[in-house]
Amino acid sequence: MIPGVDGFMYPNEVELQWSVLIVLYPYITGLVAGAFILASLERVFKVEAVRPTYRLALLTALAFLLVAPLPLQLHLGHPERSFEMYLTPHTSSAMAMFGFVYLWYLTVVLLLEIWLEYRAEIVQLAQSTAGPKGWIYRLLTLGSYNISPAARRMDDKVGYAVTVIGIPSAFLLHGYVGFIFGSVKANPWWSTPLMPIVFLFSAMVSGIAAVMVLYVVSMKLRRTPIDMRCLDTIARYLFYTFVIDFTLEMLDLVHRTYESDESFRSLDFMVHTRLWGSQVILQIFLGTLVPLLLLAANQLFRFPEGRRKAMYMTAGALVLVGIFAMRWNVVIGGQLFSKSFLGYTTYKMALGTREGLLPAILLFLLPFAIFLVLVELLPPWQEGKAHEA
Amino acid sequence: MRRWFRDSAHLIRPALVLMAALVVFLAIRTAIVPKAFGQYGHYRPGALDLVRQHPIAFAGQDACLMCHDDEAKARAAGKHAHVACEACHGPLAQHADDPSAHVPKLPEVANLCRRCHEQDAAKPHNFPQVITAEHSGGAACNDCHKPHNPHL
Repeated sequence: MIPGVDGFMYPNEVELQWSVLIVLYPYITGLVAGAFILASLERVFKVEAVRPTYRLALLTALAFLLVAPLPLQLHLGHPERSFEMYLTPHTSSAMAMFGFVYLWYLTVVLLLEIWLEYRAEIVQLAQSTAGPKGWIYRLLTLGSYNISPAARRMDDKVGYAVTVIGIPSAFLLHGYVGFIFGSVKANPWWSTPLMPIVFLFSAMVSGIAAVMVLYVVSMKLRRTPIDMRCLDTIARYLFYTFVIDFTLEMLDLVHRTYESDESFRSLDFMVHTRLWGSQVILQIFLGTLVPLLLLAANQLFRFPEGRRKAMYMTAGALVLVGIFAMRWNVVIGGQLFSKSFLGYTTYKMALGTREGLLPAILLFLLPFAIFLVLVELLPPWQEGKAHEA
Repeated sequence: MRRWFRDSAHLIRPALVLMAALVVFLAIRTAIVPKAFGQYGHYRPGALDLVRQHPIAFAGQDACLMCHDDEAKARAAGKHAHVACEACHGPLAQHADDPSAHVPKLPEVANLCRRCHEQDAAKPHNFPQVITAEHSGGAACNDCHKPHNPHL
């Protein structure tokens, strides 16, 4: 017997091909899409209360988007060949098409929106900063120093249009990640048309939670009072999105249970054994029900400010862990059972190898480092001008 | 109108940057992608020539039958009729080219037979399979079975 293998596995199923890095890829992409949707709340849906997090959300989205393809690159044997996906894309390759979705989202949506939003500051800083930092700002002005009120109004209009285009683009970006899994028809754990939409809503949940946590932590670090109206509003939208996400996941579960196709018994057994900890305890109980209760309690009762903050932060942190567990259960769970439905394998995560735990941790920390650089370069803090725009 | 142009002129700049990036990309693409790419399918036709340059390893069934008449007849009469010679004997193009210079070794029976006939739940029930450790009491398969026509 092979250690870690129970029952019958086909030879190519014993060792998992997609590692923790492939768990990280949808997780990070989801944070991007979610953060952008939160930003669009202010810009398009005119939820003025979340204005203090608008820029923070955009920078978070950019920091994570820049890192999103890296887990995939590290997974490839020949990362340099991935560029060929752009040179000679095959229309039947879901991953090749994702490359274009990614580039569209990065250049046409996110970079453009950040540029338009920050243009006034960039021009001012370009004129007042010396040294290498000043060069960066002068480069970022793209040679235009026109920040007259009329030019800024024009920026605002175009920025609005970019956000309007950005919302379906963000949906496309993360819905597409779900599609990549949902379209694997050979794998019953993945193959469902609900996958893109479940991924999308869980992305929105994780992204909103990430920006909420980042906002509170940054305010604490800067010793600046937290705008509770903003925090309450974010928590409310997090709750709404989470209810939809939870409903969709339960719909998927009910549908699978009622349909009970030939894979059901095997998958059900897997959930009750190998995935019990990560799926039932971490994802459903700690990562979904507890934060949902915390957020719902705040919709029903009025708690004092300090307790609200603690509840939101607990809920946010649990959501981030829970959504990571969800990605884990999809990616790793989908490879633990045999196509014969008669056996199960184990995922043994290495530590310091190319696809081990250590690179995964470093890759997850990288967006935060980029975020710090971006915040240093383009400060998102807008105290005192919260409702000016 | 002129003011409108003046106040929106800066918007041309990111568009120009994007266009420049696109032009650079297309230039790289034109330079890198082989001219005939896609002629026969989604690949480089030159790859076919590279593949053709690989040394031929397998002689093919017909080459074996030209000389090994007895084995061919025995094999054709038994259950191994559809197993190609080189599936067990290995690639022997060099032997076919010059039989005396390259004398092939006989396959190692202890491992060869069990590759197909070791019992495994995934195999069809009507496929002959045994637990080799228990089946022969340590005797080699070809002590009892003739490999070319494996009846007892």
